[in-house]
Amino acid sequence: MIGVEPVAAPGAPLARRNPVAKLAAALVFSFILIATLDPVAPAIAIAIELAVLPLFGIRYRVLARRAWPLLASAGGILVTLVLFAADRSGRVLVEAGPVLVTEGVLVTALGLVLRMLAVALPGIVVFATTDATDLADALIQNAKAPARFAIGALAAFRLVPLLEQEWRMISMARRARGVDAGRNPVAKLRLFVSTAFALLVGAIRRGTRLAVAMDARGFDAGVPRTVARRQHFTRADALLVAVAAVLAGAALAVSVAVGTFRPLIG
Amino acid sequence: MSAVELRGFGWRHAGRKGWAVRGVDLRIEAGERVLLLGPSGAGKSTLLAALAGLLPEDSGTQEGTIEIDGLDPRKARERVGVVFQDPETQLVMARCGDDVAFGLENRGVPGAEIWPRVDEALRRVGFPYHRGRPTAALSGGEQQRLALAGALALRPGLLLLDEPTANLDPAGATLIRQAVRDALDADTTLILVEHRVAEALPLVDRVVVLEAGGGVRADGPPDAVFAAHGDALADAGVWVPGRAVPPRRAAAPAGEPLITAGRLGLPPRLAPTDLRVRAGEALAVLGPNGAGKSTLALLLGGLLRPGTGTVTAGADLAGPDAGTPPHRWRAPALARRIGSVFQDPEHQFVTNTVFDELALGPRRTGQPEAAVRSTVDGLLERLRLARLAGANPYTLSGGEARRLSVATALATAPRLLICDEPTFGQDRRTWLELVDLLAELRDAGHGVVAVTHDPDFVAALADRTVTLTRPGTGDRP
Amino acid sequence: MENSNRWRTIDIVVASVIAVAFGVIFWAWNLVWSATDAAFAFFPPAQTLIYGVWLVPAVLGGLVIRKPGASLFCELVASIVSALLGSQWGGIAIVQGLTQGIGAELAFAAFRYRSYRLPSALLAGALTGLTAAVFDFVYWNKATDLVSYRIPYALLTIVSATVIAGAGAFYLTRALADTGVLDRFPAGRERAAV
Ligand SMILES: Nc1ncnc2c1ncn2[C@@H]1O[C@H](COP(=O)(O)OP(=O)(O)OP(=O)(O)O)[C@@H](O)[C@H]1O
Ligand SMILES: Nc1ncnc2c1ncn2[C@@H]1O[C@H](COP(=O)(O)OP(=O)(O)OP(=O)(O)O)[C@@H](O)[C@H]1O
Ligand SMILES: [Mg+2]
Ligand SMILES: [Mg+2]
Repeated sequence: MIGVEPVAAPGAPLARRNPVAKLAAALVFSFILIATLDPVAPAIAIAIELAVLPLFGIRYRVLARRAWPLLASAGGILVTLVLFAADRSGRVLVEAGPVLVTEGVLVTALGLVLRMLAVALPGIVVFATTDATDLADALIQNAKAPARFAIGALAAFRLVPLLEQEWRMISMARRARGVDAGRNPVAKLRLFVSTAFALLVGAIRRGTRLAVAMDARGFDAGVPRTVARRQHFTRADALLVAVAAVLAGAALAVSVAVGTFRPLIG
Repeated sequence: MSAVELRGFGWRHAGRKGWAVRGVDLRIEAGERVLLLGPSGAGKSTLLAALAGLLPEDSGTQEGTIEIDGLDPRKARERVGVVFQDPETQLVMARCGDDVAFGLENRGVPGAEIWPRVDEALRRVGFPYHRGRPTAALSGGEQQRLALAGALALRPGLLLLDEPTANLDPAGATLIRQAVRDALDADTTLILVEHRVAEALPLVDRVVVLEAGGGVRADGPPDAVFAAHGDALADAGVWVPGRAVPPRRAAAPAGEPLITAGRLGLPPRLAPTDLRVRAGEALAVLGPNGAGKSTLALLLGGLLRPGTGTVTAGADLAGPDAGTPPHRWRAPALARRIGSVFQDPEHQFVTNTVFDELALGPRRTGQPEAAVRSTVDGLLERLRLARLAGANPYTLSGGEARRLSVATALATAPRLLICDEPTFGQDRRTWLELVDLLAELRDAGHGVVAVTHDPDFVAALADRTVTLTRPGTGDRP
Repeated sequence: MENSNRWRTIDIVVASVIAVAFGVIFWAWNLVWSATDAAFAFFPPAQTLIYGVWLVPAVLGGLVIRKPGASLFCELVASIVSALLGSQWGGIAIVQGLTQGIGAELAFAAFRYRSYRLPSALLAGALTGLTAAVFDFVYWNKATDLVSYRIPYALLTIVSATVIAGAGAFYLTRALADTGVLDRFPAGRERAAV
């Protein structure tokens, strides 16, 4: 089952913040970190992220479950760099054919892996604590996103669990009509592709009907929309964004101070 | 409080040669309550869509005029509320309250007034939950009520309801009808489409019958219409109240068991159930919404793996696969032996034309092309789908789609046929034809299992019934 | 011919639905991507050969909706949806979605939103591959060797995008039109005329 509900405890102090503020804070934090390739700044950032996690009401186990695929990618980065690193300075640790592992390579790999984690975590935390309806409301009211587009996307998002059910129904319908793949892997792949295609067709058909239902209730009637639920962007929200910027800046400053800073560009 | 006026109105959907509805002259005064009748495919749903302003100019050709209070319906949408047959496609938001509020926001109702109006609409339809409940957690009947609340919150002058009780159990259908009656303001105009006339009559004071080829066949107060045209209307397919349908009992006693379920269940959808179907027997499965009837049908059909208990196919049905449960059979063998008709016809379609849809099963099970043709043509003719052979299954009317899905399962003449709500949305004529087809199959020694909410169908065809209760509660909330 | 550039409700919702369907596919695809890391270890740039799948909604959205902004909107929403469903990449996926959408958008804009034939689709695929490659060039691959890794990686991304996203989305649009679901879009009406 694909989860579409937020996983955090809703009462947590930071989880309750305005979704736009949370998103902005995550993006600001990530963007500042992108500026460097060294391991120190992201390591500090990860420490900060893990420290504030309880304020978002997320348990470490839940985060680990969402983030584990990142570890596989970390392995990928390591292999890539061992084979293709540009900078092979430093003491040679291993040398075997094309594989040349130096201290410099390892430091770079460590920096990249940490940076990947440090940049990804804020987004994971924000989306794990944000309800799609609230995000759309806040995007419209606080970020001036066009209402028709945000609501259209929100209505479509509601179809996610339905699409999953639909996948099962399509598979059953085919079986009932005598269509299956047996053990043949090629036939399996073909059946998978044709099921995915049927799903897409079904999704578009649903979308067409959903649009009709929305029009039937006056969506896009040219009348200025009102909002039933106000989303407030308060001082505390602005503060959250500012603190995120300051903390990320501080991590960079430390890395400059200890002399490990390596700018991304230049 | 809106009046409707049609003059020579007609609509032809893009890609179709025939008119969906044509030559309709009709005037409905403000505050009238109208039951719109007509055979399946006569264009009732199309007419409602036109009145709701939901037929875009680029999706077909119009003839004549259609007006609401003198306006083009596309420009009078704020006067009209509509509830379609399928509630799932009408809910827009993820939370119940938001969904009702959606229409109010669109109309620019001031923020402070929205929630009181939402609460009022939910109360009027007897919605049992808090407005924060996820719409995904509602049963079909509850979704239907929520959709009705969404329409009523807008205080429409004209309310359009298209078979609002299809697929509901009798208790749920009564609740919806009560909700409509209690929730309507005295001056709201109502147009209701419903095949089962007797249940709908208390809601209306006028009946309009559409003719299949075009035009209005009868119009007036219900008593007068049925007294004057009763026989002719019944022949044309209208469910004229008080006219019984002939029973089709089994001609011979039932034979070998075809399939046996022992403590069959799938928690939490279906509680353990025992049942047996024999050759030459029709078994009806009854029970309230959410009792697990559709789940049982899928389990018996070899499409779901049982959670608990067993499904055992008799030697006659299983052939070389004796000893293996149906859900492990290869698909072509399964399709030859057990036919399944899904509750939602659209879940079942896998091709792009009505003809291919019917031909798929016979072709898959290896019949020669000539035999395929004659089977398909015969079914098309009997179920009045012949003129739609080239149409896309997804563009059919509600009743046509249902008949097609039953026909696809009949096409392979399986030893055991399992159908989920085979008769919903049918006019009297197509209903009788469906019952005849199923009765013929049974009398030829096949087994028939039908999940149904339709008491007439049970009375006419079923040799035995099984009634499921909701797992856990045993009743509705 | 439709010459209004205003989006109808159906345009917005269907574009979103395409994005959502692909968001679900991405969600599954992200797992595959991480799992194939090991398989492609012998030459990691080769992994980009399946990169194109990520870029399909950008081109498909443009081909189906045929309005300015369609590519950008589809790819952006798809990335937001995959983030909401719990993609491991978090917020950065949104930035990436935005950059990728811009590529396809530029291609359709270059034809002034008039041509939706195969060449436009291929160009849209190539450009979305290009913007994707530029993003990765700067963000992900900065520390790798230019000649043996970064350039082949970028070129393979563009090839993959042109074939899978460009040609793939073009034929996918045709197949969709054949089923009749696009009847209310210009892409579907071309079929009715035949
Ligand atoms: N979107 C569509 N495209 C093409 N043809 C359509 C479409 N919708 C309906 N039709 C056709 O128009 C005719 C009238 O359909 P409509 O749904 O209005 O019938 P109906 O009276 O509501 O029937 P039922 O009682 O079976 O629901 C049918 O022949 C149907 O196949
Ligand atoms: N795919 C599914 N996953 C989880 N729960 C399901 C699924 N399908 C149905 N259910 C739940 O299982 C229960 C039984 O569903 P089922 O569709 O079998 O009932 P039913 O008796 O056919 O009802 P109805 O008369 O409304 O068709 C319901 O509570 C339903 O919400
Ligand atoms: Mg209808
Ligand atoms: Mg059911």
